[in-house]
Amino acid sequence: MAEHLIELRNITKSYGSVYALGGVSLHVDRGEVVGLLGDNGAGKSTLIKILAGVIKPTSGEIVIEGKVVSNWNPARSRAAGIETVFQDRALAVQQSIVRNVFMGRELAGRFGWLKARQQVEEAARLMREIGFTSKVFSPRSIVGQLSGGERQGVAIARAILKEANLIVLDEPTTALSLTETAKVFHFVRQVRAAGHSIIFIGHNIHHVYDIAERFVVIDRGKLAMEKPKAEVGSVHELIQFMENVARPRRAQMGEMA
Amino acid sequence: MSDSAKALDGEPADIHPSDRLLRRFVITNRAALGSLLVLVLMLLIFFTANPRVFSTWNLYTSVMTTLPVALFMTVPLVFVVTAGEIDLSFPATFGFASLAFAVVVQAGFDPFLAIVAAVAVGTLLGFGTGALVVYAGLSSLVATLGMNFMLRGAILILTQSKSIAMPQLSSSLAFKVFSSTLFGVPVQMFWAIAFVVFCALLYNRHRFGAQVHVVGDNPDSANEMGINVNLVRVKVFAFMGFGAALAGVCSTMINFTWWPTSGDGYLLPVIASVFVGGTPTWGGVGTVFGGAIGATTVAFIQTGIVGAGLSGFYVQFFNGLIIILSLLGHRWNQIRYR
Repeated sequence: MAEHLIELRNITKSYGSVYALGGVSLHVDRGEVVGLLGDNGAGKSTLIKILAGVIKPTSGEIVIEGKVVSNWNPARSRAAGIETVFQDRALAVQQSIVRNVFMGRELAGRFGWLKARQQVEEAARLMREIGFTSKVFSPRSIVGQLSGGERQGVAIARAILKEANLIVLDEPTTALSLTETAKVFHFVRQVRAAGHSIIFIGHNIHHVYDIAERFVVIDRGKLAMEKPKAEVGSVHELIQFMENVARPRRAQMGEMA
Repeated sequence: MSDSAKALDGEPADIHPSDRLLRRFVITNRAALGSLLVLVLMLLIFFTANPRVFSTWNLYTSVMTTLPVALFMTVPLVFVVTAGEIDLSFPATFGFASLAFAVVVQAGFDPFLAIVAAVAVGTLLGFGTGALVVYAGLSSLVATLGMNFMLRGAILILTQSKSIAMPQLSSSLAFKVFSSTLFGVPVQMFWAIAFVVFCALLYNRHRFGAQVHVVGDNPDSANEMGINVNLVRVKVFAFMGFGAALAGVCSTMINFTWWPTSGDGYLLPVIASVFVGGTPTWGGVGTVFGGAIGATTVAFIQTGIVGAGLSGFYVQFFNGLIIILSLLGHRWNQIRYR
């Protein structure tokens, strides 16, 4: 069997007697975009927090390039090249793009003095790499002047700064207009073309269908579906499936009411 | 080399490079330039009101004698405000640090050693105040107000409210280095300018400054990116204590006397200077040079009013007027992004 870039094997997470995740397996290969879908409370965020090392799983294995890693934590996650872009408020909007990209990892020389020029050049390179080609903005522009999609671009540029293998995007297009969503898709495609893998989490099935090559649906802490795009067929079939997943619960709630 | 040329691709190509530099300079320094405009306008009005008084060098020397004291505190306070905090305890830190200075000088030690003692005491007090605010999770506004009362009270108890005179200072080498006159300018002014320039570099071109900005702007994000947010906050309070100590030493060297109330009068002018200088109240952004210009403006108001021939009763009114006008002016410069 081919080694996956990153693999979660049979992950469970319980809070007392409540199972947030009841044995989910997920793998990501190099240079692919995985769409992670699921209703609110399905366990998506628990799963990506486990991946980021923020939450410890109750049981299960985390396997990086075929090797089981013990004592998984945020530092190991980062060392494995996993970068998570959390939903909103991930940027300091009154600061320049450069300062955001290098937040907490400033390029500094002797006595902590910044290598300002090098930072600007590196930020410009990252922006080119993700296809952020606006002529209006330079790396010194203030993030607050950027649109929502462009801000996601800065967050993505920051994520690939340290040669990330896998970038986890948590709802990057929620609350964005069509144009802005298209921008984010453009960034994501550029990042994938550069060889990075992506987990794309979204509420909007159309968004996820457009960008991802393989879909993983989680429902109430269990894997409900895992299929490549070719097997899914069309976005309508995916929507149909998602509705079927949601239906039993609606029926239950109906009975209770 | 070709790499750096390519790196400019992201910048507007249709603007001439020198225009771009000038534009960028104006845009990034608009708060400081706005404050400078206020200062220049104010001085012009004073000058027109009484050209004779305002063309005497003595007037400027007298302002420059005490301005450094305010500068040593205003600039660190810009760091504190940028980090999203406020410090009201610096006047008492000023008093405590200069007390340490006076005690060491009185004991017969070299004033240089006394300066080291004062700076150590001030920085330590700032660190303690910061640690209290940050690790106990207190509001910096209220906690530092409490610290100011408490430390001032401690000073009064320790000294029984007695002042300390140090006439021996006038013949010391430290006095020559830090408090004499050079080319007709009080020498402490040069030290203060050096301090302001150093702090501006620290603020804009150092990892510490970058982290102060980010912590004041979005502490959650800073934390997620691995910045020790609490430590950065404690450091700005320690830095404030450091500045207050310098100010305390500077003030004591000018007067050869330490008073139990020394530092008290600086609380409101220094805070006003930061905001007159164009640093907004909400954290994340600010300007060191603006703060320095704000301190200069505030320092000139009193001298200017009296020099322009108005009675001292007008000073308070014009103090307030300048603060309000500056804030109104800065509204145009300060865009708050969310």
